[in-house]
This record gives sequence, C-alpha cells and structure tokens, in this order.
Amino acid sequence: MSKLQRKIYSYSFLVPAAIVYIIIFIVPTFLSFFFSLTRWTLSDWEYIGLDNFITFFKEPYLSIGFRNTFIYAVVTCGLKVVLGLLLGVLLTGALRIKNYLRSVVFFPTLVSTIAVGITFSVMMHPTTGLINETLSFFGIKGPDWLGNPSIALLSVAMVDVWKGVGFATVIYIAGIMSIPEQYYEALQIDGGGSWHKFWHIILPLSRPATNSVIILAFIGGLRSFDLIWAMTKGGPGFSTDVIASIIYKQYQAGFYGLSTAGNVILFLFVSLLAFPLSRFLTRKEVDL
Amino acid sequence: MQRKSIGMILACLLLLAGLLSACGGNNNGNSGGSTSGTNGASEGSSAEKKEKVKLSLLVDNSQDSINIGEALSKAFTEKNPHIEIELETRPQGTEGDNFVKTRLATGDMNDVFFYNSGSLLQALNPEQNLLDLSGEAFLDNLLESYLPVVSSGGKVFGVPFRSSVAGGWFYNKKIYEEHGLSVPKTWDELMANLDKLKGTGVAPIIGSYKDTWTSQLIVLADYYNVQQAEPNFANDYTANKAKYATTPAALRSFQKLGETVGYYNEDLLATTYDTALAMLAEGKGAHYPMLSFAVPVIEQNFPDLIDDIGFFAQPGDDPNKVGLTVWMPDSAYISANTKHPEEAKQFLAFIASVEGAEIISGVTTPSGPFVVKGAELPDDVPQVVKDMMPYFNAEGQTSPALEFLSPVKGPMLEQLTVEVGAGMRSPEDAAALYDQDVAKQAMQLGLEGW
Repeated sequence: MSKLQRKIYSYSFLVPAAIVYIIIFIVPTFLSFFFSLTRWTLSDWEYIGLDNFITFFKEPYLSIGFRNTFIYAVVTCGLKVVLGLLLGVLLTGALRIKNYLRSVVFFPTLVSTIAVGITFSVMMHPTTGLINETLSFFGIKGPDWLGNPSIALLSVAMVDVWKGVGFATVIYIAGIMSIPEQYYEALQIDGGGSWHKFWHIILPLSRPATNSVIILAFIGGLRSFDLIWAMTKGGPGFSTDVIASIIYKQYQAGFYGLSTAGNVILFLFVSLLAFPLSRFLTRKEVDL
Repeated sequence: MQRKSIGMILACLLLLAGLLSACGGNNNGNSGGSTSGTNGASEGSSAEKKEKVKLSLLVDNSQDSINIGEALSKAFTEKNPHIEIELETRPQGTEGDNFVKTRLATGDMNDVFFYNSGSLLQALNPEQNLLDLSGEAFLDNLLESYLPVVSSGGKVFGVPFRSSVAGGWFYNKKIYEEHGLSVPKTWDELMANLDKLKGTGVAPIIGSYKDTWTSQLIVLADYYNVQQAEPNFANDYTANKAKYATTPAALRSFQKLGETVGYYNEDLLATTYDTALAMLAEGKGAHYPMLSFAVPVIEQNFPDLIDDIGFFAQPGDDPNKVGLTVWMPDSAYISANTKHPEEAKQFLAFIASVEGAEIISGVTTPSGPFVVKGAELPDDVPQVVKDMMPYFNAEGQTSPALEFLSPVKGPMLEQLTVEVGAGMRSPEDAAALYDQDVAKQAMQLGLEGW
C-alpha cells in the first residue's frame, strides 16, 4: 500500500463518526449563529443584524442572570469538590460497609433531575414542608427556602450539590484508587499519620480527579437549568434567574431569534470561562 | 486505569440520561381513545357509506377542558358516526403556549385544538397557521362582540368552546357574615374590609404565586376601571402612544396590587392555584382574585361549599362606576395543515351551536354567559355565577380585558406582578419595566410604530 492509500484507509474509519458529529453538532451550531441575527418564527425569518444581541443585553434582568449563574456555578462546584473529596477519602478507607455506602452516595445521580426538583420543592414548602416541620419540632422556625429571594438560589444550589456530589465522589474514588501503593509504603516507613497521608499524598496525587470534578461541575453549573426550572422557574420574580432560564423564557414567549442570540452569548460566556480554567488546571497536573 | 473508569462512568450516565428522557417523552398523548365507543352500533344500521375519518383534538390538561373535549367529541360522534375524535392533552400556561407554537411551526398540529383567544391567538400567526373560517354559516350563531377576538387580518379562525369568563374577586360569604362585612363598592372599602380581617387567623387575600400566572389578576381585572378613565387606552397602547407607567389610570392597576402587600397568606410564594381554591372554599382565606373559570373547579372539588362563595368585580374609586372585566371564551381552531378540513369544520359548527353549548353546560358549570346566540345558562347555576349576571345584564358595565383589545402583551408580566405582590418591587418600577417588556414583544412581532 502506498502512503496515500494507507492514509485514506485509516481516515475512512473516522467518516461515520465525523458525519454524525457534523450533522448533529457542527451544522446546528453554525445555523444558530445565523438565526441569532434574524427575527425568526421557525417557519420564516427576516435578517435584522445585531438587533437581537442589543435587545438581549438591554434585558433589565440580565445582570441578575449573569450574577446568579456565576454564584450558582461557584457554590455548587466548590461544595462538590470539598464534599466529593471527603467522601472519596472516606469510601476508599477501611470501612466494612463501603460498597453499600458508595451506592447510597451515587444514588441521587441516577434520579431524574425534574423529579428531584419537584420533591425538594414540596419538602421546602414554608409551612407544610418536611424540612420546616422537622425544624419546628425542635422549636426552630425555618425560613421560606424557595420564597425568600435572598436564599432561594442557595437552596436550589444545595439540592444540586446533594444530587451531584455522588458523581464527584465516584471520580475521586477512581482517582484515589489509582494512586500507587508505594507512596503509602514510603509514608509508613517515614512514620507519617493519616493527616500526612491525606495532605501529602492523596490531595496532590488526586489532582487529575480534582480537575475533572472542577471542570465538569463548573460548566454544569454555568449551564444549569433543569433543576432551577423545576424548583423555582427563576422566581420569586427574577431572583433565581440564570442565563439559561432567561433564554428559555424568551423561547417560550416565541422570541426564537432573540433566544438563539442568548444561546450564542451563553456559549461564548461558558467558553471564555471554561477554556482558560481548563488550561490553568491541567498545567499543574503531575505524572504519577 | 483512572481514565478508563471515568470514561465508563460517563458512558453509563449518558445511556441512563437517554433512558430517562425517553420515559418522560411519552407522557402526553395517551389520554385519547375515549370516544370510540359508539361506532360499532351504528355501522350496520345506517346506510351511509361515508369513509371513516379520524380527527385529533388537542386540549389543555385541566380536568375541565378534558371533560368538555370528551363530552363534545362523544356527542358529535353519535351524530356523525363516521367521524371519530381522538383527544390529546397538553400543558397549561406558558409551557402550553410553547407547545402549541412549536407544533404549529413544525406542521405537527392536531386537526382541531383548543386555545386562548385575543392577544395569545395573535401570537400564533393565525393567517399562516390556521384554517380560515370566514363566510361559514355557523359563524352567524355567534355574538358580534366575540368575533374580533378570534379574527386577524379580516379573517375569522375560531369558535368558542366555553362560556365567557369574568375576572374579579371571589370571597367567602361565611367569613363576610362572621365579621359583618359587606361587598365593597370602592377600592377603599375593599381595603377597609381587608384591614378588619387582618390578624383574625384567616388570610385576608389568598395568593398562589407558585403558579405565577395567578399573580396577574389584580392588574388585569382592573381594566374596566382603566377604560372608564381612559376610553382610548387600548388603541393608544397598541400604537405605542400610551404606556402603563405614564398613564395614571393604568399605573393605578399596578398600585392597587402594591396596596395589597401584607394581606396575603404567609406561604403565598409556595401556594398553588389548586391549594388556593381549597383555602377559599374551606374558609382559610377571605378573598381570591381570580378568573371565574375557577367556579367549575370549586364546584367539582367542594360541591357542599360552593354556595359559600360569592363574587364581585374589582372596584374602582367611584362607587357609581363599578363594572366587570370580561375574558372572551377560549376557542377551538383548525390547523391549516389538517387533512380533513370539511369534517373539522363540521365539528366546529357543532361546537358553535346551541346544542353544543348545552352539552358544555352539562359537563361544566358555566363561568359566565355564552356568546352563542340563543344559548341560555341553566337555571341551577350556583349563586356565585348569578353574582356576575347583573354586570352582564346592565348596559356598559362590562369591558373586555386588555388582551382582547390589543395584540400587545408582554411575557414578563407574571414575574413582575409576583415581585409587586410579594413586596419585592415598587408598582411604579414594575410598570416601567413592563412597558419595556411590551416594547420588546412588539419589536419581536414586528408591529408598526415600535
């Protein structure tokens, strides 16, 4: 076989995947760039230049949306890293029921987000919800978790963490288990305790897992929509609106061009934050 | 090793997500098939050799709409055995709007569907998506005042499948008796009533802001009062000449909502529409500003308590000018893509007849008068409906709601009214933001003058 033939031969294996990728990813992406410049009714469009972007940035609630998106991503991501790491350490230790606990921790990840959202919004009902009834049993008057604009976003973020921490834990378990035994043996020889084990071995050497968790959780947080929509629909008022829910509401109102413009902006926003973050994190990884 | 396990987990998750979403997708659409019972009997006896036709009908998933849809389909199939009608349900509210718009835009709409009239209909682009009914004989059965709300560009598209609906204040008569209150004729009297109820253990007003659409009622049901002060408001508003924030009478609607802050049940942000109706019937709250389509729901869920409920129009500032804001009935439309236009029209003609109206009042309590000529309300309607009739019977004591007079209605109103009613934003601020929202909608619709 000539060199060229061999090249064609090997690349031909990529064609099926490439076709699927182009049709369901590349084409819609570029179409959305185009439709964001139009007034679009799904059947019919009219070119209106950058008007949609101007309207989108004039949206009075947009600043709330950006702020909430950022807070939500940082809070959920931070808590998932901390709790995921701690649970990961716990569940790789010498616990007898660790296999059972691993399943328990991972279980919420398997439940439909909408179901979780609806269940928690019932439990967080200010007067008849399980959480506040339990609190009142101890004589504490619980807040209106989802109705109080200053804590509603955090309440949703907590549920997101409850649901997502199992996934982070599993990544950490994999990361911690892949640390070679020799490091622990060296530690034993040097006479280090369990705190040293955590601080000097597990923490630095599970860095790749940390990076995966940070990036997945952060991007997931920036794009999050389903849980927020199921629990508060962006309310009360606009206090838990994130960019994705603002876009969805515009879509519901039939402003297809405008909401597409919003999606383009969200795409750029996520890319601008996620790429540098990803590069920064991977540069610090070490080889095992 | 580590890479591999992460990859496996990701793959499993993706598979799982796919499975879950497939389960969710099947939810709508399996409530049909209830109307096929009458076919076997008639086949042998009638000499008709008409080809069998199956129409599909889309209704919203409220029990009331389903009852109406089923009753109408059944009665129609009995008369026309060759036409079978299959019922499908969709969500309500903005989610339902989205559903209908998407189906129309992709050409997948059912043959016949039930939907709002007025500005929401205009947003469907009816001239392109719906079947023109102009010139059909059955339109002559309908009141003149109704036709404009289902028309666009001089063409008519729908017929009413309900009675008309009034917007105002439900109140619990037992609570009124207990505290010696009387039906208020002015807004100040209403506020005085609320003050007397404060601290008595019942909520002076029931709020159900978990279902955000219910928060708009005080603003929207005030339109009769706006029109009394500014008879030209609707036209000027459509032409971008009048604004909520700068027209005192219109701004007053937002301010009235602002004045109710603090009179609501404590958990108003977590309360739903259904819970609110239960609270009203059981006397846990004294007032509930709502549309009269709540009457059949209350009657169905609390048949013993329906007589405790009364209704009054949202008062203005002049006791001699009290009137009712009226919502035109939701209507049935035919998709422009239907394969059976003749049969679908036959079905609409049936809905728009006196017979159709009788079938409708057989399965649901009318929430106001019918707009079908000659269709009377049954004598046994509950007192709460009779409370509305004086307004309809008197000259000039009703006005259509703004959404039936102008195609412009901003999508954010419900969030803004939640903020005002929950005391998170001032009425003036909300009115100004709503004007911006309306401008955005008008520009997206490509209306002239914006």
